[in-house]
Amino acid sequence: MSTTTKEKPVTLKTLTNKQDLLSGGHRMCAGCGAPTVVRQVLLAIDEPVVISNATGCLEVSTCLFPYTAWRVPWMHSAFENAAATASGIETMYRALRKKGKIKKNMKFIAFGGDGGTYDIGFQALSGAMERGHQLLYICYDNGAYMNTGIQRSSATPFGANTTTCPAGSKIPGKLQKRKDLTRIMAAHNVAYAAQASPHNWRDLMTKVKKALASDGPAYMGIVAPCNRGWRTQTDDSILLSRLAVETCYWPLYEVENGTWTINYDPKDKKKPITEWIKPQGRFKHLFAPGNEWMLEKFQQIVDEDWESLKKLQGTFGR
Amino acid sequence: MTTATKTKMQAVTGNQAVAEALRQIDPDVIAAYPITPSTEIMQRFSEFVSNGKVETELILVESEHSAMSACIGASAAGGRVATATSAQGLALMWEMLHIASGYRLPIMISLVNRALSAPLNIHGDHSDGMGARDTGWIQLYSENAQEAYDNSVMAYRIAEHVDVRLPIMVCMDGFIISHSIESMQFLEDEDVKKFVGEHKQIDPLLDFDNPKSIGALVLPDYYMEHKRAQHEATTKVKQVVLNVSAEFGKKFGRDYGLFETYRLEDAEVVLVALNSAAGTIKDEVDRYREKGVKAGLLKPRLFRPFPYDEVGDALKNAKAVCVMDRADSYGGHGPLFMEVASALYPHRQGPALFNKVYGLGGRDLMPHHVDQVLDETIEVAKTGAVKMIKEYITVRN
Ligand SMILES: Cc1ncc(C[n+]2csc(CCOP(=O)(O)OP(=O)(O)O)c2C)c(N)n1
Repeated sequence: MSTTTKEKPVTLKTLTNKQDLLSGGHRMCAGCGAPTVVRQVLLAIDEPVVISNATGCLEVSTCLFPYTAWRVPWMHSAFENAAATASGIETMYRALRKKGKIKKNMKFIAFGGDGGTYDIGFQALSGAMERGHQLLYICYDNGAYMNTGIQRSSATPFGANTTTCPAGSKIPGKLQKRKDLTRIMAAHNVAYAAQASPHNWRDLMTKVKKALASDGPAYMGIVAPCNRGWRTQTDDSILLSRLAVETCYWPLYEVENGTWTINYDPKDKKKPITEWIKPQGRFKHLFAPGNEWMLEKFQQIVDEDWESLKKLQGTFGR
Repeated sequence: MTTATKTKMQAVTGNQAVAEALRQIDPDVIAAYPITPSTEIMQRFSEFVSNGKVETELILVESEHSAMSACIGASAAGGRVATATSAQGLALMWEMLHIASGYRLPIMISLVNRALSAPLNIHGDHSDGMGARDTGWIQLYSENAQEAYDNSVMAYRIAEHVDVRLPIMVCMDGFIISHSIESMQFLEDEDVKKFVGEHKQIDPLLDFDNPKSIGALVLPDYYMEHKRAQHEATTKVKQVVLNVSAEFGKKFGRDYGLFETYRLEDAEVVLVALNSAAGTIKDEVDRYREKGVKAGLLKPRLFRPFPYDEVGDALKNAKAVCVMDRADSYGGHGPLFMEVASALYPHRQGPALFNKVYGLGGRDLMPHHVDQVLDETIEVAKTGAVKMIKEYITVRN
């Protein structure tokens, strides 16, 4: 049912005249990656767009009564149901359009953090993708439940210190590797699934355009550094998102109707994972004597995932 | 004098009656997820969709939590929305029920009342509806298929009224009504369409000329004003129910109020009960009347908001009142009893009051059980002494 889309790459020139649809003055922390991600996403869209937002940092900080930072129709209802709420909005849109009560062509985006997406919202997301709603679900992935104070989620990287998997004398942080949600979404045979990073805005925005132009549901995972949770400098968030990609912790790739494409392959310039984790306080204990095995294991996880992604491209690529 | 066309009596199940009402109303969006005993409503409705009998867009969600979430999204977007469920399904929706009412979205649930787990049971009692009593939804209870149908036809007129704008549950007993065949009368499609009318949305989300943010974080500086405003809206429900019911009665000849009274006018011994049990009780009231006992019944229809003043007035002259609960509040009195007791507090020199819990998990309430309750109520009326305020009946020791 789906068709491959050919979206022109975004240029800075086309963006200069566009209004930011998420205004300044919201209450996200200085240096948070999430509002940068949201503004890039919204800048990529030309059609009217309606947002469904899961409970989390983005939601509580952008719409605190009686203020809102959103210049587009925006709805939050609960934590685990951004996809289900968006399903309802999109279905009503189709019902009203069918009856001629709505004439405009509208786009629908759901935003959720990784907790609201990988964990508690997983079922609602899976259901919405399977049903084939015409909507784009975007997970801004900061790798923990940040709004409630940096608790472990299934997106938290191996080894990380969080408030519910603290690096202690007996247990050195998170022992499990991250759930690979983008691949799980691709396995739903959605029209479009991709990973993106705000350091490469052109790639991110082109992906948003492709996702919204595709015939069927789409999913995007976008890395969104959180200096509070990652224990990093407030001005490092773009650098850290770049390093996540250059170490292949967060590869940029897309799956268009079953065709896998890696958008950035560092080839022999692939950086060691330590370059990404060294500046992050949440991984400090990995560099302590006795925890060398953790650094090794982390590198091994990244290498294995990267190799298997390349295999997927080899098998299902163009 | 009724102005609408009369249709002939038909034998249908309660679920069929409600599905038929939904077909005639033809909501913009329906979310559906199966659970006994309400499943049949959505099965029948899906047939209407598949065969082009309605324009409704159906969302076959992956859980009841998502059903209510999708209803909330759809309703806020700007249209008429419904779903049906029972017991565990309603329990799974619990979080979202509060959000639907907090956002003032006039969604309808056809609630086929069923016992809550554990132990697992699929039969009819009111523990699901009573568990949702504080969720901010309007609740209409229905004795039989006819009432479930009529209440469904009236539901959006109440829920969508500009003074109200609150979600509504239309309740009927699982199996006893949902799956039994009884004769009832449908209205003509045209009459229903005209009565229900066009949906008019206030502040739709899908309005780009006036973009809205729905679902803000509201801290202690404003939260209470929001809740107070929601309470204000519920205080308007009673009058709207009365007006809509009066219009329905005038058009279609069946009269409804906030509650039904049966031989209550001069009654000295009174039973209070919701839903299907009222039918059995009416028969026994007749038999006791024949024996010269001044027996009567009060059957609440609008349980939320509860019409305290009116119920108090209706019961104040009785000598003894037994409130029969098909749900329990463990460690408390039955939920219906607690409301009736509140309603009678201003008249506390009035009737002696006690509480029987019956019919949990679908256990039958037979005429002779009602007789036992009536006999005890007669005794209490005579002596003024209540042995035990709350007691289970028809139960092994
Ligand atoms: C059902 C439910 N459980 C728990 C919470 C508490 N809660 C609110 S936001 C949040 C964390 C959100 O984490 P994530 O989705 O990763 O987004 P972030 O805050 O990191 O942006 C939690 C646990 C809730 N609101 N609802």
